[in-house]
Amino acid sequence: MAEIIQDIQEQEYIINMGPQHPSTHGVLRLVLSLRGETVLSVQPHCGYIHRGIEKMCERLTYQQIIHLTDRLDYLSAHINNHAVCMAVETALGIEIPERVKYIRTIMDELARIASHQLWWCSFGMDLGALTAFFYGLRDREPILDIFEESTGGRLIQSYYTPGGLMKDIHPDFQKRVKDYIIYFRKKIGEYDQLLSGNVIMNQRTQGIGKLTKEEAISFGVTGPSGRGSGFECDVRKHRPYGMYGKVEFKEILRSEGDAFARYMVRMDEMRESLNIIEQLIDNIPAGDFTVKMKPVIKLPEGEYYQRVEAARGEFGVFISSKGEKYPYRIKLRSPNFSNLSALHTMANGQKIADLVAIGASLDYVIPDIDR
Amino acid sequence: MEFNIYDFTSFTKWIDESLNAAMSPFWVMITEMAIIGVAILAFYALVGLFLVYAERKVCAFMQNRVGPNRVGPFGIFQTIADLLKLLMKELVYIKNADKLLFNIAPFIVITASFLAIAAIPFARGLHAIDFNIGIFYVVAVSSLGVIGILLAGWSSNSKYSLIGAMRSGAQIVSYELSVGLSLITMVVLAGSMQLSTIVEAQANGWFIFTGHVPAVIAFVIFLIASTAETNRGPFDLAEAESELTAGFHTEYSGIRFAFFFLAEYMNMFIVASIAATVFWGGWMPFHVPGWEGFNTVMDYIPPFIWYIGKTAVIIFILMLFKWTFPRLRIDQLLTLEWKYLLPINLFNVVLMAFIVLMGWHW
Repeated sequence: MAEIIQDIQEQEYIINMGPQHPSTHGVLRLVLSLRGETVLSVQPHCGYIHRGIEKMCERLTYQQIIHLTDRLDYLSAHINNHAVCMAVETALGIEIPERVKYIRTIMDELARIASHQLWWCSFGMDLGALTAFFYGLRDREPILDIFEESTGGRLIQSYYTPGGLMKDIHPDFQKRVKDYIIYFRKKIGEYDQLLSGNVIMNQRTQGIGKLTKEEAISFGVTGPSGRGSGFECDVRKHRPYGMYGKVEFKEILRSEGDAFARYMVRMDEMRESLNIIEQLIDNIPAGDFTVKMKPVIKLPEGEYYQRVEAARGEFGVFISSKGEKYPYRIKLRSPNFSNLSALHTMANGQKIADLVAIGASLDYVIPDIDR
Repeated sequence: MEFNIYDFTSFTKWIDESLNAAMSPFWVMITEMAIIGVAILAFYALVGLFLVYAERKVCAFMQNRVGPNRVGPFGIFQTIADLLKLLMKELVYIKNADKLLFNIAPFIVITASFLAIAAIPFARGLHAIDFNIGIFYVVAVSSLGVIGILLAGWSSNSKYSLIGAMRSGAQIVSYELSVGLSLITMVVLAGSMQLSTIVEAQANGWFIFTGHVPAVIAFVIFLIASTAETNRGPFDLAEAESELTAGFHTEYSGIRFAFFFLAEYMNMFIVASIAATVFWGGWMPFHVPGWEGFNTVMDYIPPFIWYIGKTAVIIFILMLFKWTFPRLRIDQLLTLEWKYLLPINLFNVVLMAFIVLMGWHW
């Protein structure tokens, strides 16, 4: 009898979390092996929403590619497009107008705030605080309105084109963004009151999902998740692009490396993004919103790489061109894929509820993982 | 017959006497049981539907939303529409599920809450059964529900359900202790387990005011523990939708799911009723000893209104809990019970006994 009991105790309880599951944020499948409530191993199975975007890009012109990179990490659509546009512009050697750089930087930061707000929503929901979800969505709505007014799109905008922007900003843009900065500075305090200081939330996240700096570097965990472990990986700071070299902002770093550190990094980044926008919004110079481009762009033969800081980490575009109007090969370095690879290290030996909290603190977007 | 909304005793006595005049004692008993059964069923369904509506409105109010507002004025018929939808839905049977246990699990859960409702005093004389171990009975039958939950999780042949059921078992059995002990604290103060006696004893001030510090501690512990016992947020680990999709009732559909759903709300109503009865005086109006005029005015409000009002306030507090806090983890939940609530509770019982022995309570 004792042997049977021991045998049962040593057996693993395999459970499929996903592809349809409320807290995998999309069609991600995690195969968990459990002993009781303790997670012994996590195996992510991706590919459920693989669309072959990299391959599709090989038969699309550079202007068309923009519409596909939108759909990778749809919450930082502007930022992904920024990378593609810059890669093409660098390859062609065009200098884009100052006005475009200002507008792109402001749009990027607005997208980052909106993305972090949605992360905050789902973070609360994954921990079981459903009210947080609605508070975050309430504050995200005005940003989407600002996007809609200028770009015509709310979630995916396809606003940037190689050489500039699709069209100029709406005349009300500056006023509405300034109003929003004042509005959100007040509202972000509510976030702290509702969730950041909550005892249950602190217990659920502090010391959970530890990732050391060395591990973060070896897995390539970037963005707020990497900076929560003390990995200085902010592309905006270390390889400035757009207007980032000319504005004052802090790179948020925390050394704990747990879920709470990743949470706090994102909270502080929202405030920092407001500061960046505030420095730029009044000084948008007059000028053209785009450079006159040929209808068919042909990149000179060669290989080009451009990286940007997306809301979830470093997003890179590698273009290999043979001098035709289509790229010969495109490789996208998506931040979520690398971040997901560290999940096993973080979740090993934790409880199921911790796995959900860790997943929430990594903030994965599945279309970005599968591409 | 005189019908008096301040005292239902003569009304129930009149029913009993007129039935006795008409038939033999055996048939009187059968008829009375049928009347009470129908009355409780109707009350149960009405309160359940109303609570679901109230919760949706309260959570909408907290979340910058409007809540149900399409079906009927202010959406008051929304829950009825939902119930009709659930009635018409297909009952999905799981392959390899234990059919018998799978079918009876929802009935066990809902029967447990039926049984508990019978012992609650709604107003003076409006009380289905009133006997000398009332509190003991309520605690006993309300903990039967965990059997239904465990059976549901086990018989579903689903891994999420099983984890949910095991969590629920650990949770309810643990928090049962705190619920029982905090009620025992009040039984020590009241000197009786009979619910009607407990209510009468609060005529000169509710126990939460007369019972000194131990009564307040017991009240807070009772609120926490009963939230956990009814599987409501922040202790809703048994369903934990972000972890276990729907926990123990993942595989249930249609009216069987509705039973679990309704039982959850009725359990909330029952714990709120008990809290109102034991700590806030049940149907007893608010009295301050010595203020005769004030007490008379308070007596003009019917006991039934007092009872409903107090219960509603406690239910509102429980709803605020659910919509504010994140969910605990299973080990934190058990730590809270075994390392904090239980020792405090044991100490509290001793403290209360000491206060009663010294005669320091009012």
